[in-house]
Amino acid sequence: MSHSKLTASQLLNLAVVTVTASLGDTLLARGMKSLGPVSIHHLGELLHAILTPWVGAGIVVLIGFFASYLTALSWADLTYVLPATSIGYVIMALLGHFWLHEYVSAWRWLGIVFITAGVGFVARGPSYTETASPAEEVEEVPQA
Amino acid sequence: MSHTHSLLWDTLMIGAIVLWATAGDVLIASALRKIGDLDRIRAVSGIPGAALAVLSSPRFAFGVVCMALSFFSLLFALSHGDLTLIGPAAASLTFVTNAVAAKFFLGENVDRRRWLAAVFVCIGVALLAH
Repeated sequence: MSHSKLTASQLLNLAVVTVTASLGDTLLARGMKSLGPVSIHHLGELLHAILTPWVGAGIVVLIGFFASYLTALSWADLTYVLPATSIGYVIMALLGHFWLHEYVSAWRWLGIVFITAGVGFVARGPSYTETASPAEEVEEVPQA
Repeated sequence: MSHTHSLLWDTLMIGAIVLWATAGDVLIASALRKIGDLDRIRAVSGIPGAALAVLSSPRFAFGVVCMALSFFSLLFALSHGDLTLIGPAAASLTFVTNAVAAKFFLGENVDRRRWLAAVFVCIGVALLAH
């Protein structure tokens, strides 16, 4: 059995997942590019990267992403949450085109069409697969 | 670095990101499914109660370790490779590997609609790299 109706707060939660994932990745990329290549023999430099402003800001945003992502996974399937929140890629491309006046190639427009169609497929379906014995209360998980 | 060597290096880095991300996603989704609706728990026990419910789950802890390994794999890859290749390739492949893993490890009802969604988003993200 499955159910599909999401409340307004659950939809807002999915929107937060979408925005924070895109923004966090962008901040990380900006920070790592300014640091330059990290040698495989000096992986400790990755820990140093965490303390830099761009990477640090990215991590803060990604913590917000993680909290909202966990909440979404507690009432929706993984195979629902991931495609549904991928609309963030489309938002970033559209912002780049209309706000930053970046060139968006025909391939990218085609990519936007594919992602939008994929989001449409999953959004019209059920959000959660009920298991035989759904957990109703907090409990320890016996094993990993 | 030769073209073949570079391609192998990129493939290994992308593979590591996808592997750890998929393992992390499945373990965390499994833990949250076991714990139950966090909104409901928060309504009863508040944010500390919801946080305790999540943090006391060993499966969640394993999932976080896998996500951390994926995160550092991504940082390492971003410092070497091209963001326009690494980012979309890892992200798009993860949609498909997660769909497979969710079906077999989480028992999710991955019907034709969800397969189509995973494949369409995978193709779309890959096209964004062009």
